[in-house]
Amino acid sequence: MLRYVVRRLLLTIPLLVGISLISFFVMNMAPGGPIGAAADMNPKATAEVRERLKAYYGLDQPLHVQYGRWLRRMATLDFGPSFSPDGRQVADKIRERIPVTLAINLLSMGIILLVAIPIGIYSAVRKDSWFDRISTVTVFTGFAIPTFWLALLLMMLFGVKLGWLPISGLVSLEHDSLSLAGKAWDRAQHLLLPVLLAGFGGLAGFSRYMRSNMLEVIRQDYIATAKAKGLTERLVVFRHAVRNALLPVITILGLSVPDLLGGSVIFETIFAIPGMGQLFYQGVMSRDYPLIMGILVIGSFLTLIGNLLADVGYALADPRIRTG
Amino acid sequence: MASSGRSMLADLLRRLARNRLAAAGGAAVLFFFFVSAFPQAFSSHDPNRIDVRNVLQPPSASHPLGTDELGRDVLARMAYGARISLKVGFVAVGIATAIGLLVGLFSGFYGGLADAVLMRFVDIMLCFPTFFLILSVIAFLEPSIYNIMIVIGVTGWMGVSRLVRAETLSLKERDFVAAARAQGAGDARIIFRHILPNTLAPVLVAATLGVAGAILTESALSFLGIGVQPPTPSWGNILTAGKDNIEFAWWLSVYPGLAILFTVLGYNLLGEGIRDAVDPRLRGR
Repeated sequence: MLRYVVRRLLLTIPLLVGISLISFFVMNMAPGGPIGAAADMNPKATAEVRERLKAYYGLDQPLHVQYGRWLRRMATLDFGPSFSPDGRQVADKIRERIPVTLAINLLSMGIILLVAIPIGIYSAVRKDSWFDRISTVTVFTGFAIPTFWLALLLMMLFGVKLGWLPISGLVSLEHDSLSLAGKAWDRAQHLLLPVLLAGFGGLAGFSRYMRSNMLEVIRQDYIATAKAKGLTERLVVFRHAVRNALLPVITILGLSVPDLLGGSVIFETIFAIPGMGQLFYQGVMSRDYPLIMGILVIGSFLTLIGNLLADVGYALADPRIRTG
Repeated sequence: MASSGRSMLADLLRRLARNRLAAAGGAAVLFFFFVSAFPQAFSSHDPNRIDVRNVLQPPSASHPLGTDELGRDVLARMAYGARISLKVGFVAVGIATAIGLLVGLFSGFYGGLADAVLMRFVDIMLCFPTFFLILSVIAFLEPSIYNIMIVIGVTGWMGVSRLVRAETLSLKERDFVAAARAQGAGDARIIFRHILPNTLAPVLVAATLGVAGAILTESALSFLGIGVQPPTPSWGNILTAGKDNIEFAWWLSVYPGLAILFTVLGYNLLGEGIRDAVDPRLRGR
């Protein structure tokens, strides 16, 4: 197992180098390079400021030297100061925003698993039943609904019309004056819609995926054997089929990290949640180039970690992978 | 190849027509094609005519879907917005499919170092959250409809290239390729005349589903204000006005979203239908 993990870790090194190269390419894509972007954004950027930025980013150096410096700074997660008026370090800004985004995505991941897997199993076991048909139609609709539109509709219904739920931010204005239980309730109310929406896209995908896995597994010989032995359907389904159908879900879980991160830009912007997605959006709108690059790199790191965990998790669960 | 091409297409259409869901999807797709070809048939209003005395009017006889915050007719803007969405969807997917086909064919046919390098490049591209990558690139370029098409296309070819590579790997070992080579066909002729046509079925499925994805991405970008820029109407940027006026104007939020939903659903159902029709192994899944 250890050997597998080490081998898998070594495989990420070329990927890291590739990520750094592409990021480097993206930031040099701006007309006039990063300094052009900075100067466009801030018309007050004087020649002197430009020179200072130029020296800071080493733009007076040849490209390969620039890349070397970029690589070194990236390795230490040093993305330089933000272009925003506060001029704080990008790494600090990201650090304080990441927990909110991760918490919401983990919560919604949990909901996805709790809801989608039983739906997938039941649809497969009762294939072509009314339940299967309804869930299939729902899944297709789910794939096609723009998350941000659903967010608008839910805000309109629960926030504006019924007034049951708050529609922006993480806490109410009077949060500090609330009791401990009141604080928890306040936070839960604010999180409910964002968490549901973050999970919505995945819900459709995972239940569909689980269904087709189950259909695949049910056809296998060992299921026929188990049935032939006279085991009850419940035992066959849960003891034999579900365990094997769940394995590939681990992989998809890891692979869904980039989609979840991308989605967080949308729902954090809509619900005014101070997470990494909102920070990224603000960065894009103000062309805060160090911030954009920082989040792009961190986002790809998180994706890489997601893939790594998925592979290791799969290897832990399925001995064929680590020995094969 | 040429003579069987038409009958294959006819066969595909016949199978699609028999599949009720796929036929419904195809009908939705055709409907939105019609809307974008003849938007004036749906509303006699000019989509960009501002009417400050009639802002945020609820649906009525003269404005069936109401008016927006500048008094413009929502139905007219949606009809012209259909054109934008379809254009972005098709051009973006065209770019992605072309890149994916070339990379996949080359990688699969020649193998070796080129294949290893290209496929590692695909792995690396897949490490970036696509939406982050799109937003980053747009932040550096200007948000415009052309940049959006290109960016969605350039960040969306990896799946197709893997698909085509896998098909090419198995196709190049077939007897008809050996026969073509024995007749003196060069690499280019083998790749484009013999292998490419045989990879098109799965590519068509991926492209149809890809149009749905590109339309969703465009609408999200436009909704966030970094996609199609006003005054050019797009379903996404009408929804932005819907969000800003969420307390007074439900029609601004409801109708454009339904248009996106039905378009995307249409392409998805059609794509799944094509998959079932061209790949009998997957039927009934």
